[in-house]
Amino acid sequence: MSQSIYPCRSSRIAARKLGAEMMIMCASDSTLFTLNETATLLWEGADGSTSLEEIVANTICSQFDVEYAEALRDAEILAHQLASHGILLLTNEPMAASRVG
Amino acid sequence: MIAAAARSEAVIQIGGIAVCVRADDSAFLAMLKHRYTGFVSSSASADFHFEADLSSPGNGDPDTDVRLTRRASCWTLERGDFRAVWDPVSGSGKIQLVPNPYSIDALLRILHSLTLATQGGFLLHAASAIRNGKAFLFTGVSGAGKTTIARLAPKDATLLTDEISYVRKDKNGYIACGTPFSGELGSPGENVSAPLAAVYMLSKGPENRIDSLCAAEATHAVLSNLLFFAEDQELVNSVFHAVCQFVGRVPVSRLTFFPDSQVWEMLQ
Repeated sequence: MSQSIYPCRSSRIAARKLGAEMMIMCASDSTLFTLNETATLLWEGADGSTSLEEIVANTICSQFDVEYAEALRDAEILAHQLASHGILLLTNEPMAASRVG
Repeated sequence: MIAAAARSEAVIQIGGIAVCVRADDSAFLAMLKHRYTGFVSSSASADFHFEADLSSPGNGDPDTDVRLTRRASCWTLERGDFRAVWDPVSGSGKIQLVPNPYSIDALLRILHSLTLATQGGFLLHAASAIRNGKAFLFTGVSGAGKTTIARLAPKDATLLTDEISYVRKDKNGYIACGTPFSGELGSPGENVSAPLAAVYMLSKGPENRIDSLCAAEATHAVLSNLLFFAEDQELVNSVFHAVCQFVGRVPVSRLTFFPDSQVWEMLQ
């Protein structure tokens, strides 16, 4: 069984929700990211203390007609992509602080 | 007796913000006054004062990346051809730079972008012009048509710039100001300003048409073309939220245009 992932939004960003999309600007290099509706749900749930499984089950699957296993697989790929840009931090334990740098 | 060289100054005022550069090299100051013709102020009450040392601070290479760091209220601005230490609170600073126009141009752009960021304004890669008392901005990547749209401007339009537009927030909304920073057109804008009526994201096409952008598209269009250098969290936040506020007040549209002067008749 694979370990749970606890995603956490970086504090080194500026973000604002515009309609259903999330616009994110990275402080380190001013790179821009626009998250679609699903990715925005993941982003909003990434508080460091909620596991990716819980985010997928409680928010993504409850709002979209998608199978849990498929949604989780997509969410893991997305979480690692966002982490590779430094705007999301991934750990295998819940974090005490809600946002970290 | 050896007399100390007299230091003189040149005051360059862009967007209402005056920067005084003091140096003991009269040829350098003459170069500044010539380059910034129309933007040279005689005002003694400059907002910022810099003492200039005309020696290369590094390798002299203007193609190296700009590096900005902040310690307390003090900024350090570095590139291969300049190094400046500036305290916006006291309004004073020191610059060491290669005495060429490109170095001082870059420094001024950075100073203004940092200053505007604290005031809800920004510099944008955009052409801009005033017509019928209203300012219009035309933004886009290199090759999108900024210089082309500037060249097509009718005679009753006043060109503010074909390269770097200057946006300030005022009590009634936003104004666009002229800048001396030119692109392919090679001539500075007029040192005037007007209320900003619209921003157009340029793309060339077979016909002239305007399509409005949703808030997310508009924000992305403006942020993507922003002239911004700092990696400072507080400043990034300020600029990001300033742009979000801006697109809530000023209409942003996509302007697809066929390069003829008719396009200007569509702009309101």
